[in-house]
Amino acid sequence: MSAFKEAGHLFRFAGLFVLAFLVFLVVRHYVVPKSFGQYGHYRGAAIGEMAARPVKFAGHETCEGCHTDILDAKKNGKHAHVNCEACHGALANHADDPSIKPVLPDTAVLCARCHTTSAAKPKGFPQVVPAEHSNGLPCETCHNPHSPAMSAGGAK
Amino acid sequence: MNGVEGFMYPNEIELQWSVLIVLYPFITGLVAGAFILASLERVFNVDAVKPTYRLALLTALAFLLDAPLPLQLHLGHPERSPEMYFTPHSTSAMAMFGYVYLWYLMAVLVLEIWLDYRRDIVLWSQESKGLLRLIYKVMTLGSTNISKRSLAIDERVGWIVTIIGIPSAFMLHGYVGFIFGSIKANPWWSSPLMPVVFIFSAMVSGIAAVMLLYMALTKLRGFKIDMRCVDTIAMYLFYIFIIDFSLEMLDLIHRIYEADESFRSLDFLVHTQLFIPHIVIQISLGTLVPIILLGITQVTKLPEIVRKRIYAVAGSLTMVGIFAMRWNVVIGGQLFSKSFLGYTTYKMALVTREGLLAAIALTILPFIFLWILMKLLPPWGENHAHKAVAAD
Amino acid sequence: MNLSRRHFLVLVPAAAVAWKSVLAGTPEESPNYKMSDHWWGMLIDIPKCIGCGNCVRACQTENDVPDGHFRTWVERYHVTDENMVNPQVISPDGGKEGFPVAEEDAGKYFFVPKLCNHCADSPCTQVCPVGATFTSPDGVVLVDQKYCLGCAYCVQACPYGCRYIHPEKHVADKCTLCYHRITKGLTTACCESCPTGARQLVDLKNPKDPIHEFLKTHSVQVLKPQMATGAKVYYNDLDGSVR
Repeated sequence: MSAFKEAGHLFRFAGLFVLAFLVFLVVRHYVVPKSFGQYGHYRGAAIGEMAARPVKFAGHETCEGCHTDILDAKKNGKHAHVNCEACHGALANHADDPSIKPVLPDTAVLCARCHTTSAAKPKGFPQVVPAEHSNGLPCETCHNPHSPAMSAGGAK
Repeated sequence: MNGVEGFMYPNEIELQWSVLIVLYPFITGLVAGAFILASLERVFNVDAVKPTYRLALLTALAFLLDAPLPLQLHLGHPERSPEMYFTPHSTSAMAMFGYVYLWYLMAVLVLEIWLDYRRDIVLWSQESKGLLRLIYKVMTLGSTNISKRSLAIDERVGWIVTIIGIPSAFMLHGYVGFIFGSIKANPWWSSPLMPVVFIFSAMVSGIAAVMLLYMALTKLRGFKIDMRCVDTIAMYLFYIFIIDFSLEMLDLIHRIYEADESFRSLDFLVHTQLFIPHIVIQISLGTLVPIILLGITQVTKLPEIVRKRIYAVAGSLTMVGIFAMRWNVVIGGQLFSKSFLGYTTYKMALVTREGLLAAIALTILPFIFLWILMKLLPPWGENHAHKAVAAD
Repeated sequence: MNLSRRHFLVLVPAAAVAWKSVLAGTPEESPNYKMSDHWWGMLIDIPKCIGCGNCVRACQTENDVPDGHFRTWVERYHVTDENMVNPQVISPDGGKEGFPVAEEDAGKYFFVPKLCNHCADSPCTQVCPVGATFTSPDGVVLVDQKYCLGCAYCVQACPYGCRYIHPEKHVADKCTLCYHRITKGLTTACCESCPTGARQLVDLKNPKDPIHEFLKTHSVQVLKPQMATGAKVYYNDLDGSVR
């Protein structure tokens, strides 16, 4: 019995620990987000937050919903599988509100990015040296971007 | 790309972990090492090092209090760091480390210091005035019992705490080694030897630090340095250094022999960017020279003044060498590309949150903490609490 | 065709329904999207990649990726020796504006688009101290930027170099596989803008996904298979020199 009395200070030290631990538990209860642990060791609500971010590229199905004529022009040509926004840029804002007019891409830069000859590109891929190929004429003079074969005629 | 040679993945070019993350293992290493020195006396009854017992504990505490600061300055969101305590991810060495740190601080170091000083604290709480009196009174936790029996209980419990403290100290710094050693993505870090190397280099740096502090402080106070104490510390330093050096050489030789896919890239790095920090500072000046110097004092009988000079030089070089080791692990591990095709450079800033000035400030701060602790709990006394019990 | 003002939510009914639930922050309740029905990955067809950089630009636009950091990037390899250990690799600004013209020589060239591999046994989620980065039930490795401390441990742990610390938000950031798009029935921004079909989103849990047939009939690899990360980005015809 007297041992306990003599060790009183140790019990006080231990008591501090217990108190601190209880305070920790209480604070933890209020601070840890409610959805934590819902699916795993993370805040479950984060998934919904990530998924709710706004979309900037509308996706070709959306474009094709309105622009069926372009779809028709494309579908038998070499650019059939090149999606609209690959060249026209992100246009979800236009699909949302068609009064927002997209800026037409500059073919001098755009077409050259894919089609400039380089030993690094796959051998079967259509490539030209821009300076030699068109004598400075813009690409769309002879090639309709939506159906680039010469027989289809240039974009007017 | 300025500073880039060869090819780096685009996101790798800028280093993520700065000089502050070099400082952190260095500081926790000093903590672990100082504690091991203290435990030499308490558990292994190496009487000779008694004069440094309390100093070693206070040094450990001063550095342990400073240790979280480089981490807080590094974090993108330091205000969220309590998350590590509220929702620790059990697979993360870093998260588990938060608890190891807390355990070591409260259940080992603070408890041991409190138990050793308790008799003095009670007496000081009765003798002093004003704010100091209040501080001591709080530290007594309201108990003024310093009877023989209670002090004997303190002695016993303190001994148990030290026994638990030794593996805890190993955990404290071994974990830091594991934080690096468990990263399979980085071949410079990934190694089962990493925690062991960290522990032994921690012991070397901690012991050297306490030895230097003891010598410097004793000289400043105008007292005579206890040579039996310092000679014993130097002996332990020497032998532990041999183990540390062997481990590092084992890692190096193994790497060179196996020569896996990362070897050529790392070898080139060590011969170029890391040549000075690794070969010159860490290995030659920081390990070989101190070992040779200490070895000389172990095999020949030299006059006291020469031994003191050698210990001072060896100790200082050791501190520099162990810091260089942390540098080479942390910074070195980020200088090469994980593609093994290129290298980047570390552009250490000066005045930013993670810059050189911050690192220097955080290195000086623990000495300020130590000064405060020494004022509050003077480590110099004829008798320690437990020895006083024995004398009764 | 007369383009009358039509809200595009009306034009894409499936996306519309999915979007409503998703905007409410409960994608798991979306009638069109159940997390447990999906296990996402990607297929990259090396011979089709022309290094145009569309994917890098599209990702930056879609996800507000800060300059100098990359959620996806393209590397160009030039292999000149039989050892395959000394490829010359470049990735100028991540390949964002394409690549300089290469001259014909005795070696071979090819492009390798890279992104987060959304590893099934991801080392980055393993090391996160607080659970800020995690693998969603549908197999996408995500970062909860409201919870992340910015310690950069995950950046160190990723063998592929696909993570970075956002310079303004000071949290970890990386490819999310356009989670906000794929949960609405759309494809990722990079796949949408790839002109050659070199990048394709795959859903490994969908029995109708062409990936299953593709894996049976082609030689496919993941990056750094020795790391055993369970990477879910599959590369067709990946050369042995690729790091």
